Amino acid sequence: MTEFLQQLINGLALGAIYALIALGYTMVYGILRFINFAHGDVFMLGAFAGLFFTPVVERVFPPQSYSGGLVVLLLAMAVCAGLGILIEMLAYRPLRNRPKLTVLITAIGVSLFIEYTCQHRLVFGAAPRKFPDLIPVKTWNVDLLVISSTQVIVFVTTLLLLVILRFIVQKTRMGTAMRAVSFNEQAAALMGVNINSIISFTFGLGSALAAAGGILFAMSYASIDPLMGVQTGLKAFVAAVVGGIGNLPGAALGGLLIGVIETFAGGIPGLSNYRDGIAFTILIAVLIFRPTGLLSKPQVEKV
Amino acid sequence: MNSGAKRYLLLALLAALIVSGFSAYFNRYYLGVAIDVGINIMLAVSLNLINGHTGQFSLGHAGFMAVGGYIAAKFSLLLQPALPPWMQPLIFCAGLLLGGAIAALTGLAVGVPTLRLYGDYLAIVTLGFGEIIRVIFQTSETFGAATGLTGIPNWTHFGWAWSGAAICVFVVTCLVNSTYGRGFIAVKDDEIAASASGINPVRYKVTAFVVGAFFAGVAGGLYAHHKSFLSPTGFDFMKSIDIVVMVILGGMGRTVGVIIAAILLTLLPEYLREFSDYRMILYALLIILIMIARPQGLFTFARRRPDSK
Repeated sequence: MTEFLQQLINGLALGAIYALIALGYTMVYGILRFINFAHGDVFMLGAFAGLFFTPVVERVFPPQSYSGGLVVLLLAMAVCAGLGILIEMLAYRPLRNRPKLTVLITAIGVSLFIEYTCQHRLVFGAAPRKFPDLIPVKTWNVDLLVISSTQVIVFVTTLLLLVILRFIVQKTRMGTAMRAVSFNEQAAALMGVNINSIISFTFGLGSALAAAGGILFAMSYASIDPLMGVQTGLKAFVAAVVGGIGNLPGAALGGLLIGVIETFAGGIPGLSNYRDGIAFTILIAVLIFRPTGLLSKPQVEKV
Repeated sequence: MNSGAKRYLLLALLAALIVSGFSAYFNRYYLGVAIDVGINIMLAVSLNLINGHTGQFSLGHAGFMAVGGYIAAKFSLLLQPALPPWMQPLIFCAGLLLGGAIAALTGLAVGVPTLRLYGDYLAIVTLGFGEIIRVIFQTSETFGAATGLTGIPNWTHFGWAWSGAAICVFVVTCLVNSTYGRGFIAVKDDEIAASASGINPVRYKVTAFVVGAFFAGVAGGLYAHHKSFLSPTGFDFMKSIDIVVMVILGGMGRTVGVIIAAILLTLLPEYLREFSDYRMILYALLIILIMIARPQGLFTFARRRPDSK
């Protein structure tokens, strides 16, 4: 029982990070209907932004303090939001009304470009880097359970970000416009919604969440490298599809689900080697039995 | 068309065998690159059947290649010590066909449940299947787990690789140009209209998948016996992307263009070896720029061309 709870906590901590990344995939898909393959790389860039901001921030704030950690997180989110907007403007905007496949392939190209540029020795280099401790590292023992301060921070940050995101999407003018564009782009444009600025805003929002995910991931696993976004990004995308792509609560649920199942599978001796395959197996099962995902309504295709 | 295609096939096979007969006189490095070109032509042309002619976006071609490669390699490794040397070509041929057949079966297993999906979903599911296949090989002790298989006999010479490529091009061309093959193009152009005209899209998609997977498997077998070493990391997502880029660069559904692209993209990295640091960055930029400037592919020229979806 203790082991079960422990695995559950570890799984939820991983799942929370998947959820943050999955939200970006699902928002972009909801509006532009394509998989932004470069999203996983924005997640990676978020972690690296954290790595480079930490020494700068530590000059002003005390090292390993919660306030300093928060500033690093916000800076990384801001930088990545900018990068996300830039990627959209340079690579995806010229292709706005092209066939979807073209955009998908471009997204793969952008993803490869970021990965290889970052692996270059003049940029980050291919070797893994150690991520500094942003906050005081503590562990608490509750009965036999071990909970680390990093895990608590992961939960608290994710929850806060989800609440803020929900507020933005449901209550603000920008959020209403986002929902309108994803519902029907043309009609939204006719109602005076500036499509370009909404798309930029969506990319910025999604990228900021991915950056937060990157920082939390780096805090949890302490090691970052330019290819860390590939597998994590794919699994987060799987999470978005499992939850029902285009559906925000679905992405969060899918992320938690994938994180928990993967962690449990990692704990079973015979299955632990197949860990990386688990997420895809879930994906295929969900797509076969419920092609629109767990939380979305079936859609009818009009001819 | 068909008799013309047969003539080309015979010519290509003949040329492959003649060059192969004189292979002792050629520089080994160039010969190795030429074999790579042949294998890549097979991979690109077979993927073109799925992605180009049938319009299904598969990102898991490396997975099928891995299946064929591992099966053929294991087959040779098991049988080579047991049988006399003169049987080598037979073992090799049987191994390649077996690898291709099992890859085709995998294609069937992947295709039947997933081909109801389309577009992005299909892309991500095939990607997932490719990853699952890789994880299985990476875990299986029989196939060398993470270290991979080593000491595979070095049997692929020029003749094998280019005959394979010639046969693959021949089969795909004939298939697409046949009455039956019109169905692939109908499915690509408009699935709903095709099924309204009595064409079963799922059947055509599965056929394309199975045939494509078969040739990818054979190409994998040739690759295994060319490099005499297989590791699961060689068949990751990146390898699938490489093949996809060849198809896109050549123009989806343009066999000749795809062959030219496969040749160029195999030679290009060899010439860029001095700039190896920047090679992959340039490669990625190339994909983005082509998609923005010439999404129909570099080698597609204005023929009567309906708007692609």
